[in-house]
Amino acid sequence: MSVTEMFSYIQGFLSADQDIREDIRKVVQVLEQTAREILTVLQSVHQPTGFKDIPSKCTKARELFCTVRKHTGELKTKFPAEQYYRYHELWRFVLQRLAFLAAFVVYLESEALVTREEVAQILAIEVDREKGFHLDVEDYLAGVLIMASELSRLAVNSVTAGDYGRPLRISNFINELDSGFRLLNLKNDPLRKRYDGLKYDVKKIEEVVYDLSIRGLAKEQEQEPGEEK
Amino acid sequence: MSKREDGGFGRKRKTEVGHKIEDSGSHNSPIIAAFRVFQQELDSRYDKYERLVKISRDITIESKRTIFLLHRVTSVPDVEGILKEAEVKLDGVRQKIGLIAEELRGEDLYQFHRAITPGIQEYVEAVSFHHFIKHRSLISLEEINARLVFIRDSKGSDESPSVLTFQIPASDFLLGIADLTGELMRMCISSVGNGDMDTPFQLSGFLREIHDGFALIGNTGPYEVSKKLHTLRQSLGKVEDACYTLRVRGSEIPTHMLADVFSSRAVPLDADDNMA
Repeated sequence: MSVTEMFSYIQGFLSADQDIREDIRKVVQVLEQTAREILTVLQSVHQPTGFKDIPSKCTKARELFCTVRKHTGELKTKFPAEQYYRYHELWRFVLQRLAFLAAFVVYLESEALVTREEVAQILAIEVDREKGFHLDVEDYLAGVLIMASELSRLAVNSVTAGDYGRPLRISNFINELDSGFRLLNLKNDPLRKRYDGLKYDVKKIEEVVYDLSIRGLAKEQEQEPGEEK
Repeated sequence: MSKREDGGFGRKRKTEVGHKIEDSGSHNSPIIAAFRVFQQELDSRYDKYERLVKISRDITIESKRTIFLLHRVTSVPDVEGILKEAEVKLDGVRQKIGLIAEELRGEDLYQFHRAITPGIQEYVEAVSFHHFIKHRSLISLEEINARLVFIRDSKGSDESPSVLTFQIPASDFLLGIADLTGELMRMCISSVGNGDMDTPFQLSGFLREIHDGFALIGNTGPYEVSKKLHTLRQSLGKVEDACYTLRVRGSEIPTHMLADVFSSRAVPLDADDNMA
């Protein structure tokens, strides 16, 4: 094989790769658009008026997830399944956002942490790598961390809206998340960087709980008021 | 780092105390249970990554040594001996690539690509250099991949031995070839120093072909290609200059003196290359 032949052979590989990337980018763009729409729907829970109909917001968000499922199905067909990590960077960001949105919806509905299986189900993807397009554990965890900072914001706004019970429940939840994350031995990577932000969310919620408890606003809740500093 | 740790310590301690109480109350809280699973998954993934980095580093070192060995062919009469010795070394490197293949059995190569790419590129460089000295041509991707087939007998069972293969990604092949040109340039300069008048002309032709090949790839290749292309151009320039000098001065000076003229010129070129 001559040098020129060899190079045009390699060139063939590279341009096939670029075509795939182009296709993926198009679908990811649509996914990002839908993710923004879902976020807009859910953002209204921070409004005082939004507090009253959280369930209806969740239903609306769930409907939008149908569109997401359609597009993740499309994304799967754009590249060979065993080369997931070759193109991972292209959808990593949007998948983390979607994991966050799914986790947020589930929290608003049931005040529980979404499992990785549930997120995968909501997005119509797999949990195991062997079975095809899946949710990488790091992306799931990143989504959960985004939710934690969203919840710390929600705690502040729920006080403004006159809901004094919610911050206490959020505080318990975030504390449990924090001790969960402390079990992980994270490398010095983007996930670790994001985890380092969790302590500020914890701190913020603790301050809200503190403010409520010294003013006796959290009295109706069965909490240990001495806990909070 | 330590400052941040100090800042958070007091608070951390407090929450930890709080959690201990909580944990003992609900030791099998679903969140904690889930995170234990994640812990295992992440730990085993990171461990594998580290093992691969280590293997890759060994491959890099061994390949570099092989390249150094191969550079001696210009100054010794026994070319065959050196090629054989290099072949043995390359076999050792291939064994290590076998270890990578083993680690990646059933995994996605690209998940761990960052860990192994330096070693793989260095191997491509060494094996293609060896091939060039032997056959004066460019090794093909298939030829490299064909030698990366490993037969492993499965331990303690009567299953038939399994066959493992390792496929070099096209991008790593390309980057390895880009590195090869630097070695060829060095070989050119040192062969002139030894009075070999044919090799430089062969090399300049070959390098030009590779250079044209990269022009065909253009910016469709990985990001690193454009960086390496700059070095490639420098190497090509040096080799072309060398050929030019040989042609011009060759008709004026007797051959045995030409080598001296050239090697005095080659010294600054070599020093320059080390910086690049």
